[in-house]
Amino acid sequence: MQRVSWVALSVFVALFALVSWLGFVAARWRRGDLDQLHEWGLGGRRFGTVITWFLLGGDLYTAYTFVAVPALAFGAGAVAFFAVPYTIVVYPILFLVFPRIWHVCRKHNYITAADFVRGRFGSRWLALAIAVTGIIATIPYIALQLVGLQVVIGGLGLSGSAGMASYLPLIIAFAILAAFTHTSGLRAPASIAIVKDSLIYLATFAAIIVIPIQLGGFGKIFAAVPASHLLLAPPGAHSTGSYGAYATLALGSAMALLLYPHSMTAILSSSSGRALRRNAALLPTYSLMLGLLVLMGFFAIAAGVASRPEYAAGFKQFHDSFTVPALFLHSFPPWFVGLSFAAVGIGALVPAAIMSIASANLYTRNIYREFMCRNPTDRQEAHMAKWASLVVKCGALLFILFLPTQYAIYLQLLGGIWIIQTLPAVMLGAYTRWFNEHALLLGWAVGMVLGTAMAIGAHLTPTYVLQIAGYSFPAYSAFYTVVLNTLLAVLLTPIFNAMSTRVPVDETAALDYQG
Amino acid sequence: MPESGPKRRSSRWWYLLLVVQCLAVLWPPLYNRAEPPLAGMPFFYWYQLLWVILGGILTAVVYLVTERSR
Repeated sequence: MQRVSWVALSVFVALFALVSWLGFVAARWRRGDLDQLHEWGLGGRRFGTVITWFLLGGDLYTAYTFVAVPALAFGAGAVAFFAVPYTIVVYPILFLVFPRIWHVCRKHNYITAADFVRGRFGSRWLALAIAVTGIIATIPYIALQLVGLQVVIGGLGLSGSAGMASYLPLIIAFAILAAFTHTSGLRAPASIAIVKDSLIYLATFAAIIVIPIQLGGFGKIFAAVPASHLLLAPPGAHSTGSYGAYATLALGSAMALLLYPHSMTAILSSSSGRALRRNAALLPTYSLMLGLLVLMGFFAIAAGVASRPEYAAGFKQFHDSFTVPALFLHSFPPWFVGLSFAAVGIGALVPAAIMSIASANLYTRNIYREFMCRNPTDRQEAHMAKWASLVVKCGALLFILFLPTQYAIYLQLLGGIWIIQTLPAVMLGAYTRWFNEHALLLGWAVGMVLGTAMAIGAHLTPTYVLQIAGYSFPAYSAFYTVVLNTLLAVLLTPIFNAMSTRVPVDETAALDYQG
Repeated sequence: MPESGPKRRSSRWWYLLLVVQCLAVLWPPLYNRAEPPLAGMPFFYWYQLLWVILGGILTAVVYLVTERSR
């Protein structure tokens, strides 16, 4: 079992206690009636440029990101760097599309993407499809945040013993998360994000300066990486090879990211479209941090942490996910290890909270209010959301406690392929009403089925190899399916419009999308 | 809010700057090599990290220019 470092543990617990306290007092920050869904679920739409920067940054860059991306670099090399072009492409999308969505949602008091689709296209079934997709894509992602938390708890030496006792720290952290989300709603992760992001920047920039000095410079570090992992493998004959995979992984992931309910919730909680546009220019600082984080996978190779006996237990339990904890344990004094692990651990709480709130918003507005209880009072609505958020979190926790982690990873992969199918209705719908709602629904359905089939066909790896006339095109399945989904919607729209005499319903007006 | 026609049309072109940063990083053959290195880092890595910074600057430029005509 990993040796317990009491200094690291103390720092970790102290920081956790701090953010737990913050989560509870956040209810009083920018005071609002938390029995109203937009106050609980969107923080009252009051977060200006700076808070939005912390919230979105803390939301998009999760504990799972910090654990999984360096692990991928450690195991697979250059391909892990796709995270960098991925985040480069996200921000133009944020800049162009989402202020429009923000404006129309504010005007009509839409809380979720499905609310918007319902209003824009007048179809409760299309809205339901959007809502259900959002919920099923989010739950495995919450589970993976808990995995990220587990890895750093393991690094502190607190797990490894058999049985439920080893999960106790995780359960305690989860209980705290559930409690402050219940009382404070989105204000809780917003306030905690300030601590989280500050710690993450501190840990990353310290690591990027200190560890290369310890290892003798970047030249030596990259020399330790096996040659086949240093760059992308050039494609073979008749194939776009790793180039196509790398580019479509970046592009497809970028297209999908902002469609996730937790991204939408954080975006809608902003106080203006201008705050969003400013953040499109300011958030790339997080991308720089992420790029440097990927390189830590290489630092770990150069430091040889995988072959050291003191980390053997950790690598045995968590495999490559133990890369960053091992590297930090090896390179830093215990108090800094505690601080960095707390950064990752808190880095799990922020997105997990937002994801559960976002799922709860979707359930409450687009399933409960749409199909079960037509005219709830504000209080009924907010209370339903609070309980839904709790159920979602419990579901994720049970998943982690009783099922192998690999299942969560597979479902997360599928989740990415699923959520991108909402792109035509949500992102294209922000620009035009031209699409027919039934065509969109059919495109969504085909995309969901085909995407799932492609993922299974690729043995639950992200890339699918399309073979045409002797040429191979390996690419991210999500990318292929969203293109097909959109094409189908484009082709079917004139056909369905011709078949129907219904006038297109749209409760939004062109000016609603502008600031 | 009424705006003069030509003023609005010219600000549309600025949005192309947003596309530039995407194109720069979505074509791997452009940067999949080790030479020339920077501070021991192969080209593949520092090129993409550089575009994180350049992309942020370009987005800031687009924001400042288009915000005036909003």
